[in-house]
Amino acid sequence: MISFFPKLTYRVWLVWRRNLEVFTKTIFVNFLPSLMEPILYLAAFGFGLGALFGASNIPGYSGGYVQFIGPGLIAIAVMYGSFFECTYASFVRMYFQKTFDAIIATPVSVEEVIAGELLWGATRATINGTIVLAVVAAFGLVNSPFALLIPVVCFFGGLLFASLAMCFTAKAKTIDFFNFPTFLFITPMFLLSGTFFPLSVIKSSALEAVALGVFPLTHVVHMTRGLMSGEIGSLLGLDSTAMWLLALVWVAGVTLALFVLAIKLMKKKLIK
Amino acid sequence: MSSSEVLIKARSLSKLYNHNVLAVDNIDFDVYRGECVGFLGPNGAGKTTAVRMIYCFLPITGGELTVAGLDVKTQERKIKCFIGVSPQEDNLDPDFTVIKNLEVYARYFDVSKEEARKRAHELLKFFALEEKKDASIYELSGGMKRRLIMARALVNQPRILLLDEPTTGLDPQGRHIVWDKIRTLRKQGVTIILTTHYMDEAEALCDRVFIVDNGKIIQTGVPHELIKQYAGEDVLEVEYDKMMVRLLKRELPDAEVEVFGDQVRVFDKKHGVFRQIIKQFPDKNITIRNANLEDVFLRLTGRKLRE
Repeated sequence: MISFFPKLTYRVWLVWRRNLEVFTKTIFVNFLPSLMEPILYLAAFGFGLGALFGASNIPGYSGGYVQFIGPGLIAIAVMYGSFFECTYASFVRMYFQKTFDAIIATPVSVEEVIAGELLWGATRATINGTIVLAVVAAFGLVNSPFALLIPVVCFFGGLLFASLAMCFTAKAKTIDFFNFPTFLFITPMFLLSGTFFPLSVIKSSALEAVALGVFPLTHVVHMTRGLMSGEIGSLLGLDSTAMWLLALVWVAGVTLALFVLAIKLMKKKLIK
Repeated sequence: MSSSEVLIKARSLSKLYNHNVLAVDNIDFDVYRGECVGFLGPNGAGKTTAVRMIYCFLPITGGELTVAGLDVKTQERKIKCFIGVSPQEDNLDPDFTVIKNLEVYARYFDVSKEEARKRAHELLKFFALEEKKDASIYELSGGMKRRLIMARALVNQPRILLLDEPTTGLDPQGRHIVWDKIRTLRKQGVTIILTTHYMDEAEALCDRVFIVDNGKIIQTGVPHELIKQYAGEDVLEVEYDKMMVRLLKRELPDAEVEVFGDQVRVFDKKHGVFRQIIKQFPDKNITIRNANLEDVFLRLTGRKLRE
């Protein structure tokens, strides 16, 4: 365990703080777009598309369509927030700005730099996810006090996607490389993780297997939706608390594994 | 200024990249407290690699390297605390202003906020950057960036300062400001290691130089002694001409005559022997100058391009 998990100290937060200070400096550029996006999605998909096919047709879900996609939008904000932070933004800091090299010359270690980046990615995800939660709540779509736990899910879900993103960053030779994970992995995940419709609608066990086994977003959506409706365990018709807990364990395990892997891969990339 | 206390000690130090590129090949050296040492060498000689191992940026492949008695393999965090680094490439943080660059960097060394601000102001003053305090990094000239990088290297009040090509790309004014600051710091007792391929820079600043080529230290010494030993006192330069070369060799049997391209250079250990030649050939465009470190360098490392 000692050799498996990187040695980290409080210095991780020094790196995190650097990113936070840059973020707060440009808060309006960062804040406004993430506020607008969920409103547009709710309007177009929820109130627009949802109005076409009525409210009571969602298998395994008792609420209306607008309520159904609300938690999906939160999970999507989490995924994009952390994934883009730890691919494009981290790559720019690493490759173009040489910020990591500068920090590694101080008592902060390379492992701590990467861990700080990952925690920052998770923080961005939490900020974005919580903004969407607030918007969804403002439309009166939150039914359960459990929804207050959603920012916690955002943080750990964000840590997962940040770690995943950083693994790609460790392998990226140019910034254009990110087109591959973005269009071949993130976009399918965005559409096919139970975000806009329950996967059971498409009667394909292969798709369900991929969604459950390969798309972490499925599990994050599962968790946000469960917390928001108070019905913990609502996806894929597998209506049980056990399934919700399984999602939790899945997310926790994958997050831990990817977190460690991301740090190892980045260390290998940065230290020759 | 320098004492007999060894601050940095390398024994059989090696660095192998990707299991096949030997950048530093089994070198030994000592750096004493308070001295200014220059690593001199052509591009790709291994200067930067050597420096990067000292500040624990690169792990060593073989041998031993200690800084203030601490092993770079196990004590990297402690070592980094008292080293200041001015890297070759610009890695200032473009997301922050000039002063914020210093404050944020100080925080990585656990310097308190008030202390960091105080040091930042002092350093900006020292490097004549006060007016640019709130400027963006993008607004700085090359010389200002270089100075800010040096200022940043000093926020932790280091005992050892590593300067990797501190004046590359600077105009003469910029170079002289940097040189002046390096001399001031040296007087304050900071141990300085710099890499350069400017010979005049090494001559002007360094107590000792290590001439590096192909990953090995091929010669070490005090600049003026090396010059005396390898290039003599005076150098005569004249345009190539068969007759001239023959004549020079005959007239100056003790001198070394070197032909490179369309130029002939003659090195002589004794001072003043070339006067006669000028008188003999008043119509030839002969120049006589003092031998310098560049002559030493070229004679030791050859003239082949390294890239």
